[in-house]
Order: sequence, then structure tokens, then C-alpha cells
Amino acid sequence: MSEKIPVTVLTGYLGAGKTTLLNRILSEPHGKKYAVIVNEFGEIGIDNDLVVGADEEVFEMNNGCICCTVRGDLIRIIEGLLKRKGQFDGILVETTGLADPAPVAQTFFMDEDVGAKTALDAVVTVADAKWLKDRLKDAPEAKNQIGFADIILLNKTDLVSPEELRDVEGHIRAINPYARIHRTRRCDVDIKSLLGQGAFDLQRILEIEPAFLEQDEHDHHGHHHDHHGHSHDHDHHHHSGGLKHYHDEEMQSISLKTEKPLDPDKFLPWVQELSANEGPKILRLKGILSFRNDPQRFVIQGVHMVLDGDHQRDWKEGEKRDSRLVLIGRDLDQKKIEEGFLACAA
Amino acid sequence: MVAVDRPSLTSKLVSIEAGGEIIDARFVRESAAFATGAGEILIAGDSEARVKAHKGAILAVTGDGERIFTAGDDGRIVAIDIEGEQEALVDAGNKWIDNLALGPDGAIAWSVGKTAFVRGRKTERSLDVVSTVGGLAFAPKGFRLAIAHYNGATLWFPNTETAPEKLEWKGSHLGVTFSPDGRFLITTMQEPALHGWRLADGQHMRMSGYPSRVRSLSFSADEKWLATSGSQEAILWPFATRDGPMGKEPLIIAPGVKNEKVTAVACHPKQAMLAAGYSDGMVLLVRLADTAEVLARRPDGSAVTALAWRDDGKLLALGTEGGSAALLPL
Repeated sequence: MSEKIPVTVLTGYLGAGKTTLLNRILSEPHGKKYAVIVNEFGEIGIDNDLVVGADEEVFEMNNGCICCTVRGDLIRIIEGLLKRKGQFDGILVETTGLADPAPVAQTFFMDEDVGAKTALDAVVTVADAKWLKDRLKDAPEAKNQIGFADIILLNKTDLVSPEELRDVEGHIRAINPYARIHRTRRCDVDIKSLLGQGAFDLQRILEIEPAFLEQDEHDHHGHHHDHHGHSHDHDHHHHSGGLKHYHDEEMQSISLKTEKPLDPDKFLPWVQELSANEGPKILRLKGILSFRNDPQRFVIQGVHMVLDGDHQRDWKEGEKRDSRLVLIGRDLDQKKIEEGFLACAA
Repeated sequence: MVAVDRPSLTSKLVSIEAGGEIIDARFVRESAAFATGAGEILIAGDSEARVKAHKGAILAVTGDGERIFTAGDDGRIVAIDIEGEQEALVDAGNKWIDNLALGPDGAIAWSVGKTAFVRGRKTERSLDVVSTVGGLAFAPKGFRLAIAHYNGATLWFPNTETAPEKLEWKGSHLGVTFSPDGRFLITTMQEPALHGWRLADGQHMRMSGYPSRVRSLSFSADEKWLATSGSQEAILWPFATRDGPMGKEPLIIAPGVKNEKVTAVACHPKQAMLAAGYSDGMVLLVRLADTAEVLARRPDGSAVTALAWRDDGKLLALGTEGGSAALLPL
């Protein structure tokens, strides 16, 4: 079986700079050729014969799962593109500002044929540094796009003051502490740091740490990020150098951890039930788990009700064998989820 | 599974280098025509030709026995004869043409996004449906077009002002076909299932239980069976009685090697026999009466994507995802 074609999803609210990013990816001399699925024809300035218009048709699956939606148009277009296999190295999917990223992501797990030949690489969200805070208040789509992201381009940073920038990052972190944030002006980011991420690849879940301020090298205001590396933390909120700490009323992340080995016969049914019952509220879920008497790490990732889990590799000599599970979602019952998780101890 | 000791016709197989995934095979007069993912049409057999029909990929293929018709992601529909002569019929600009069907008196139907088009001798009409069109099929009698889409199918008489009839069933309907007697409409779905309607009264038929999506359908010569892909075996639904397959069990024949699935089916045009292609590249000929099997192609790891019989039933054309095309004379 040949290698799967990587698919990168570009989201972002209207006017944040998605098209700028797309044009940048397509025009830079990285030697790769991308097929592009766009929602609006004509916005792309690049002459590319592999640009396809999409209609953003969200289809429900008839499997009794209320949030199992897929993008019907994507399935059709990707199948069409796959007939031209070998003519491109990857696929970029641009969504409209109003799109929910979940059906896009779920398409790659729900559709057998699409899943067999392509792999979702990462969800990249472009956010407008000046207007994101307002959008987080009035546009649920904008919140979804931040919550769902693996990588966030905080764009148009030249239009805000350093204080405003830290403030908007604080708002992003309240929703999604795990995404990598790149501060950009005109989406001027190294393309390599966006593509080939394997964010949904179980084999590439390495560690689960909040990504606070890891991009501080771009910041000229003197934060030190040494405190945030691989220390045993926890209470990042007090360590996070001038980053204001916010709570989002509606969307939050839950980070669970235990040093006690888990019983897979307890954990797997629990997480399945959690995703079946709370799936509509869970945007993303990721975990590295240590099962009792199991020499291997078990990794899990999920999007709403779609779960994917597997053994990954042997625990290394001296590696700390603990279990971590993080969830980003809406109106989650943190106490109940935490108790449920801890009750899975062997 | 141990290799089954079955008779073999593989020594009679004539291979053709196609170059690119075979997405369709059919016969044009006495010759086979293969459509490739690279946008080419390859004529093989009595006549030989190779034509670049589309700049990009071919998305839909049909034919009337005289010519092969292809639609591409370059927004064009072309018809090609056995000499390789092309006629451009439609140019929709840079929009993809996803579906294609031929009707009575040279009528042609195609779809671009949510819009289905029908071109008759004098007129061209269009109809917008609720979602992107999943499939198109003309009824075997009369000038009536079935359009599959999200949450059902629409039946449309393009030459009349009668409001199109809607057949509803939740889910995304992709392919569509009428039974040869015109009594049933069957769709393939995004879910691994078929759906059917008895047109007289709209009675639903659910045909499910497949492990993967059904992509290939073929009615038997006597019109009594609908053969389908999507399972480890060929699944044939009974259509002999008034009720069609309702409440009946399908015929399950010709299991492939473990974990491999049937990817293409083609019923013999004269005899009660089925050609079944598998995800590992194997092709079997199976007699329906006693399920006796003959090996037509050995597995090579690349899925069978196209199977077609010549009208006289004496030549089988087949193609694979890996770009192997072949003819098997009987």
C-alpha cells in the first residue's frame, strides 16, 4: 500500500487571512505540489490546475450517532483527486469562515475509502489578532475553530499592541492550551511548521503538555520560556510570564493525569461511553495511557464521537509511566469526567 | 485460507498496458474501451487507439455501444468512437462534471454540483436538487431521469412541466439505477447499504449488512438478480417477484480470500453467470445455478475496478487500480 496523502485543513473566521496563507503555501518554492479545495473560486491568485471548488455539504451518517457528520462534497472531491494520484503531494482544504471543522475532520475517519488513501495531517486556524476577541464573543464558529486547532496563526500582529497580543493569546489559551501558536503579520510563517504535522497520527502523539508560550522567540518582550519546557509544572497559569489567564464561559479544556496504572477493562469502556454520551460536546480528545502490566504506551485520539486508539511503542527505560488525557469541549462536567478517569485505576 | 483448487482460464487472459488506474471498462462495437485516471481512453481488441480525452481525471463514463462518453474534471464531456475520433459535447468551464447518463433518442444527462442537465434532440433543460448530485440514471422506458442526492432521489420527466417526484430516505445517495423492468429504483449509499423504492407505491427496500460501500451493481441477464460489490462475497438480491427483495435473503456466493472484498461485478449478458473482481485483483467467473467457480485472473494485490462483458458474452474486459487492463475471450 502506498503512503497516504496528507490533508491539511485551513480554517479561520472571515477576513483573518486564510487566502493569504493559501497563496503563500502555493507560491513558496518548497518543491511540493498541492491540490487545493476552496470554498470560493477566484480568491486564489495562483494559477494551479488542481484548485477545486467545494460546496461545504455536511451530511449526517445514518448510524444513529447524532454528531457523526461528514462533508459529502469532500468525499466526492477527494475521490476525484485520487484519480490523479502522483500528480500532487498533499491536499489543502480551505473552509469558509462559518464552517465547523469537525465534519471535515470526521470525514477522514468515517469514510473508509477516503481514510484508506488520505490522512488528516493537521487543522490550522488563522486568527485575526485584532478582531478574534470580538469573534469569540459573538461567533460560535470562531470558538470552534480555535478549540479544534492543532496550529493557530495569530495573524495581523502588527495591528495590535504587545499588551493586546498577550491578551488575545490568553483568550486563545483559555479555550485551547495545546495548539501551537505562531505570531504572524501577513501569515509569514515557515510553511514547514504547518505541513507534515501528523497531528491525528497516533504514532506521533509524543507528549501532551500545554504549549504555553512556546513561540516566545518571536516575542520581543522578554519572556523566558525555560520555565515551561518539560518541568513537572502544574499551575501554568502562574508561570506563564505576562500571559493573562482567562476562563472561557463555555468552552474549556480538561487535563487529566494519574500516576496509577489504569485498567484497560475499565478505561476503554469508560472512554467509549464518555465519547458516546458527551461526544457532541467534545471537540478534541487526546491521551497517552499507561495500562497495568502493559509494556507499551497506549495512545488515543478523538473527534466528537469518533475515537481512535492503539498501542504505540514500548515505554522507555526511565520514562515516567503516567497516564494523561486531555479534552477540549463545551460545557463539560469537569468533576464527573475527572472522577470517572481516576476510577479507571487498576 | 488455502488456495482453492478451481479450474482456471488465466492462460487465455490477454494483458494490455494501460498506464494509470482503470476507472471504467465497456465495449464500443466489438472493441473494449478502457478509461484511465490519467484522462485517457484506450481502445483495444478489434480496433486499437489511445486518446487523451481530458486534461485531468475522468470522473464519469457511460456508453451506447457505438461510442464511449466521458466527463472530466476539466468540465468537458466528450464522445469517442473506436477510431479514437472525439466529439466535444459539453464544456462547463472549470467545474467538475461528476455524473453522466445516456437516455432514449440520443439524450444525454450530466450534473455539475447540485444541477442536473438533460439535453435532448432539440432542448436542454436543468433541474436543481437539494445537494450535489450523487448519480443519474434514465428509466428503461419513457423519457424519465432519476437523480440521486442527499436524503433521497428525484424522478423527473424533463419534457413535461410535471413537478419532479421526490423519493425520500435519510442519508447520502450516491449511485442510482432502475431495475431493467422499470419497477424499482435502487441507490447506493454513503453508508454500506443499498436503498430501493418500488415505484408503484413508494415502498422502501433496505439492503444492508455490507462491510463497505457498494460501488458496483449489475442485473442478471434474466433480470432476476441484482449482483453487488462491497462484501467478502458477491451479494445477489432477488428481484424476480413482485415485491423484489423485500423480506428475502440475498444469494451469497464466491467468497474471496480472507479479508478481501468484492470490488466489481458484471453479470454475463446471456447466461446465468457472474464475473466478480476482488480487492486483491482476483477475478472469478461464477455460475449462479451451482456457484461453480472458474479463476479468470490471479490476484496481484491491486483491486479490480472495472469489469464488462461484450454483448455476445464472448469477451470480458477487466481493469485494476494498478493500471492493468486485460481481455478474456470465452
